[in-house]
Amino acid sequence: MGESASEPNVSEANESTGRVDSTNDEATSADPRPGYFGAFGGRFVAETLVPALEELTRATHDLVSSSDFQAELSALLRDYVGRPTPLSPARRLARVIDPRGCHLSELWLKREDLCHTGAHKINNALGQVLLAKKLGKQRVIAETGAGQHGVATATACAALGLPCEVFMGALDVERQAPNVLRMQLLGATVTPVESGSRTLKDAMNEALRRWVTHVRTTHYCVGSAAGPHPYPSLVAELQRVIGDEARAALMERGAPPDAVVACIGGGSNAIGVFRAFLDDAEVALYGVEAAGEGLTARHAATLTLGQVGVLHGARSKVLMDADGQILEAHSISAGLDYPGVGPEHAALQASGRATYLAATDAEALAAALEVARSEGIIIALETAHAFAKLREIAAREAARRGRPVSLLVCVSGRGDKDLVTYQAAGLGAPPREDPVRSAVDQEAP
Amino acid sequence: MTRARLEQTFARLAEARRAALVAFLTTGDPSVAESADAARALLRGGVDILELGVPFSDPTADGPTIAEASARAIQRGGSLRATLGVAQALRAEFEAPIVLFTYYNPILAFGEQAFVEAAAAAGVDAVLIVDLPPEEGAGLRAALAQAELCVVPLLTPVSDSARECAALQGARGFVYYVSVTGVTGSAAQAPGAEHESSDMLSHHAAAGRAARALAERSGLPVVVGFGIDSVAKARAVVEAGASGVVVGSQLVRLIAEEPHAAAREAKLSAWARELRAVLSYPD
Repeated sequence: MGESASEPNVSEANESTGRVDSTNDEATSADPRPGYFGAFGGRFVAETLVPALEELTRATHDLVSSSDFQAELSALLRDYVGRPTPLSPARRLARVIDPRGCHLSELWLKREDLCHTGAHKINNALGQVLLAKKLGKQRVIAETGAGQHGVATATACAALGLPCEVFMGALDVERQAPNVLRMQLLGATVTPVESGSRTLKDAMNEALRRWVTHVRTTHYCVGSAAGPHPYPSLVAELQRVIGDEARAALMERGAPPDAVVACIGGGSNAIGVFRAFLDDAEVALYGVEAAGEGLTARHAATLTLGQVGVLHGARSKVLMDADGQILEAHSISAGLDYPGVGPEHAALQASGRATYLAATDAEALAAALEVARSEGIIIALETAHAFAKLREIAAREAARRGRPVSLLVCVSGRGDKDLVTYQAAGLGAPPREDPVRSAVDQEAP
Repeated sequence: MTRARLEQTFARLAEARRAALVAFLTTGDPSVAESADAARALLRGGVDILELGVPFSDPTADGPTIAEASARAIQRGGSLRATLGVAQALRAEFEAPIVLFTYYNPILAFGEQAFVEAAAAAGVDAVLIVDLPPEEGAGLRAALAQAELCVVPLLTPVSDSARECAALQGARGFVYYVSVTGVTGSAAQAPGAEHESSDMLSHHAAAGRAARALAERSGLPVVVGFGIDSVAKARAVVEAGASGVVVGSQLVRLIAEEPHAAAREAKLSAWARELRAVLSYPD
C-alpha cells in the first residue's frame, strides 16, 4: 500500500484543467515512505501497536488484494448489503438549486443511504471484520461518533460471528440513543467514554488504549480513512466500491461527471468516491466539512482552518492550540464532529487535486429539508453538508468550464438517526408550496 | 554534556551495585510550581533519574491516572513550554539526569528545531516520545543527536528482533522496556492486583529478565516501566537484572491525593528513600 495521492498524468492534467499541481512536492509521489500521502500519513503510535499494524499492513496487501477475499467480500456486499447501490438522477433538486439550468445540467446521487444499516460505513466494517476473521482475531473493537460505524461494525460482527465492543463518547451516547439500542440489540457491548469532550475523538483514544492492552487477540476496526498506516489506505480501498460503481454507471451513460461532491468528517465516504476519479484529471473533486456555528465560532473545519499536526497516529491537518493540544470540534452532526481528518485528504488539498469547502449547521439543515421535499429522500445530517454547497460548486465549475455542469453527490447515509435534530430545528413544519415550482417562480423574470 | 550525565549516572550505579530509581510525574499537576516542588522532593529523596511528563490532550498510551493528571495539568497551565521551564529550574539545583516524556504533537507545534535548542538550553538530557516509533521523525532525531540529547527507545513484550534493531539504531543513554502490553498504570488495574499475586511478581521478574537480556544485546542500560507500583514489584524487576525501574502512575496518584504541599513533598521524599534503599542487586 502507501499509494501516493496523485499519480502521474499531472502534466496533461495541468494542460486540460490547471487543477493538478505537479510542482507541489508535498503531495506528489516524491515521498516514497510507506503509509505516506505526500507529507501526510505515517504511523505515530506507541511501539506496542507497531507489530499489529505491520501485521495488518501485510494482510491488507496480501489478503485484501487476493481474488478469494475479493470474491467473498463482493458476495457479502451484493447479497447482504444490497450493492450495487442505485445511482439516482435528482432532476427536481437540480431545478431547486438552479431553476434555469444555467449552472447545473445534471445531478446524480450515489445512494449509500440504501445500504443495509443506512450508511456507507458497512462497506468498511464488513471488509475489516472479514479480515479480522482471516487473521484469527478473537474480538473486534471500534470507535463511533454518530453511531453509524458502531452499528455497522456490530452488524458485521453479528453476521460473521465475532464479539464486538464499541467505544462511544458519553455525550454521543446521549444524543444518539437509537443507535446505542441498535448496537446492543446486535449483541455488541457499548462502552461510554467519559474523558475529554466525551465525543468521537475521546472514543478513539479509548479504543486505542483497549487495543494496546489486548493487541494480540483483538482487531481494531477504525471507522474512517484516518488513523495510523495502514488504516487510511485500507479504509479507502474498502470504500472505493462507492466511486467504482458510480463511475461505471456514469460511463455507461456516456461520460464521467464534471465534479464529485462528498461530506468530510474523517473522510471515508469522500475518499471512497474520490479514489475512482483521481486519474480522471478533468473531474473536479469537492469535499465539504462542517463549519458548525461558523468559521469564526465553534466548528469542525479541519482542512479549512487546521494546522499540520499528529492526532490518532497520523500526520494530517488538525485543530489545535499553540501548545499542540487538540481542540474540541463542533458540528450539529456527530459524524463530522472531529478535530482531525484523513491524511489523504490533507495531501489532496496540498496538491490542489481536491477542493475543500465548509458548510454551517444552518446551511446543512436547510439542505436536508430541500432534499427531503424535492426528492423524497431524508438524508443524514453529515450528508446534508455536501448538498449545502451544491449551488456554489455548480456555479464555480460552470464559470470555469463556460457551460452547465454535471455533478455527482455521495449520499453517505440516511437521516433516520437525525429525526430528533431535524424536528428540534423546525424542519417538520408543513411546506407552503411545492419547492420546485416556488424555486422556478422566484427565478422567473 | 547531556549524554555524559546519563552515562555517568549508570556507571556510578553499576559501581554501587544498585539499580536506577526513575521517577515520573506530570508537569503542571496540581500546578506548574507545585509539580516542580514535587520533583525537588523526589530528587532530595534520592531519585536517580527524573522523568518530566509533558501534558497532552489526547494521551493514548496512558491509563486513567496519568490521562486525568494530564487533563488537570493543561487546565493549570501545563505545556511543553512550562515543562522546559521546570527542567531549567531543576537543572540549576540538581545534577540528576532529566528526561522529557512527551507525545509528538506538542513538539511539532513548538517547532522541532526550536524544541531541540530549548531542551538543550534547559539542561534536559534525554527525550522519550511515546508515539514516535523509530521509522518516524528522522529530522527531529538528527537534530537531537546533533545537540547531544538522547532519544530513549521503547521496546515491549511484542517487539521482535526486527523491531529491536530498528529501535536500537543510534540509541544512546538507556532503553525503556515496557513491562506489559498496555497503557501506563496497567498492572495496577489488573483484576485482583490489590493483593500481589505470585503471578504478578513472576510477570515482573520475567520483564526484569527480558530487560537484562536486552541490555546484554544492546550494550545499554535497560529500565523497566509500566505498572510498577510497589516495593515488591520493583524488587522483582531488579532482582531479575533490570538496570532500573520507572515508577509513574503510583507517584501521580500520590501527588493527586495529598492536597497539602508540605505533606505531599514529605511523602514523596520518604517514598524515594524507602524504594532506593531496596534497589541493590543481590550478591
